[in-house]
Amino acid sequence: MWQALYEELGGRGFVVITVALDKSPEDARPWIDAAKPTHPSLVDTQHALADLYNIVNVPTVLWIDERGRIVRPNDVAFGTDTFKHITGLEAATHLAALRAWVTGARAAFPEARARQLQSLPTERDQQARAEFGLGEWLFARGRREAAERHFLRAGELAPHDFTIRRGTMPMRGIDPMGREFREMLGAWTKAGNPYYRPLPE
Amino acid sequence: MTDATFTLIEGARTVAMPEAQGFELVARAEAEGRPVALDRDEHAAYLGVAARERARALASLEAPDFTLPDLAGRLHSLAEHRGKKVLLVAYASW
Repeated sequence: MWQALYEELGGRGFVVITVALDKSPEDARPWIDAAKPTHPSLVDTQHALADLYNIVNVPTVLWIDERGRIVRPNDVAFGTDTFKHITGLEAATHLAALRAWVTGARAAFPEARARQLQSLPTERDQQARAEFGLGEWLFARGRREAAERHFLRAGELAPHDFTIRRGTMPMRGIDPMGREFREMLGAWTKAGNPYYRPLPE
Repeated sequence: MTDATFTLIEGARTVAMPEAQGFELVARAEAEGRPVALDRDEHAAYLGVAARERARALASLEAPDFTLPDLAGRLHSLAEHRGKKVLLVAYASW
């Protein structure tokens, strides 16, 4: 879907950059092969992007203008309605706003509003990312048990960060769509926490 | 011959060094308020970036630059696309 959007608007000074937060390029390959992207389609096994942009779940989208400024901070948007029955989010809402911004029909957020809508990382979030970073490094060296300790610690520090709690499941031999994920999600939402946090507008 | 038994990791960079030097740098990073993940058994530590530094950068609204590979291993940076509107999408197979 992002490829179709790029084909539609790529001639208007617009580009899509997709980044897979996966444990290896091989995990991302089937998705990328299916999408046949002509825009940059990148793989971030160390979650460098999550650290830089305080990304805590996927999908996360941001709009960046011609001057390299964030004009729409971290939001949740899907390219299709495949998961609409679960998420309640319509792909068309974000797509319409995005088209209006790219074509110049509508401005993005003013700076003050963009800042208001940002979530900034806490010390615990950054400690969690350091634990993740050590865990990922250990995992890449076959130190599975040591990696597990740091992944678990990271998840305790930042329970809202699903790039850690769910994103490390494939490294821990856990099915990220399976029972353990559903139990984690159930406990999280039962405690009154949202799994997705789309912007209010 | 050096006694490089400790690994210090900072993002994609790793440096091997004697353990005593590693512990010294860990203590210094902690004193500077940086997050540090340490594993004594594995003789390794990860030095992260402080929340206040990340928060300051994000609140400036200047999009942090990054360089990441595509499936062919070719590197791409956000900065290459200056002059265009960018939709940045983070996703995953999980």
